[in-house]
Amino acid sequence: MKKTSLLCSALLLASSCFAQSINALTVDPPQKVLIERGKSVSFKIHAKIAPGYHVNSNKPNEDYLIPLRMTLAAEPLVLEILKYPAGHDEKYTFSEKPLNVLTGDFDILVTIKAPEKIEPQMHVLLGKLRYQACSDKACLTPKTLEVRVTADVR
Amino acid sequence: MKFASATTILALSLGLISCSTESKADAASVRPTKERKKAPEFKLKDADGKVVSLAEYKGKAVLLNFWATWCGPCKVEIPWFVEFEQKFKDKGFAVLGVAMDEEGWEVIKPYITDKKVNYRILAGDDSTAQLYGGVDSLPTTFLIDKNGMIAGVHVGLVSKSEYEKDILALLGTPAGK
Repeated sequence: MKKTSLLCSALLLASSCFAQSINALTVDPPQKVLIERGKSVSFKIHAKIAPGYHVNSNKPNEDYLIPLRMTLAAEPLVLEILKYPAGHDEKYTFSEKPLNVLTGDFDILVTIKAPEKIEPQMHVLLGKLRYQACSDKACLTPKTLEVRVTADVR
Repeated sequence: MKFASATTILALSLGLISCSTESKADAASVRPTKERKKAPEFKLKDADGKVVSLAEYKGKAVLLNFWATWCGPCKVEIPWFVEFEQKFKDKGFAVLGVAMDEEGWEVIKPYITDKKVNYRILAGDDSTAQLYGGVDSLPTTFLIDKNGMIAGVHVGLVSKSEYEKDILALLGTPAGK
């Protein structure tokens, strides 16, 4: 018992010491949107970055950085708009100039359209959100999260 | 609760750990010889396509640095490692860089050429990273003694002076000599 708690304490100490986490970014659970045939609907994909981390924005100021990028397989619906959140410039000890990053919570705005002749049924849209997160001392390897959106076409 | 990465757990299990934000100014991070565990063997290719194994470095103290071109903190350390390679290569020391870029040499080569990297760079892969605990966080640097045993691990950016103390400790030379 004592050994177990010692190990747990050591792990906690290590995780806080290195500010290291496997998942620096989480996306809200799958959402459902209602959409009428021939019309468009907008919705937000909400994500949260763990404290102490930042994620490169879609335009991170430096060519070597891996930008936030999302793909959404919308067919047979039509993807009309995919708008990334604006980042803010922040200077880190490891960078010569400020980097454009995201911290805290952010939304990606998506607009999809249901064609006039589409079948009125449920469609599951699969998205992939690729990101790369860093703290001020270390960077986590790039990761891809799966995003699911159910479109209820009526 | 945050979970420590596999690398951190590996480091803990080896009794080798150093905190990037709370480094001791005067103490090297290397652990006593009896507490060290064998560094996992691997074979990776260098920029010329030559297969390089860790076993080739037995008899030398090795600074094994996992890094990537997209990693800002890693780029801070690279000029230090260039300097260490130059300064200690004749004293039984070598830097070995393992680049974890998914795009491989297409992005690694231009970078190491531009930065005039004078030590050997290998293209890393997931299986090698797994041998070293997953290496989810970069930079991650293992200090390997002349017997091929892991003497210390740094996860994240640490100071140049801390690395230098570690290297001198691995080479059996007191700091400042």
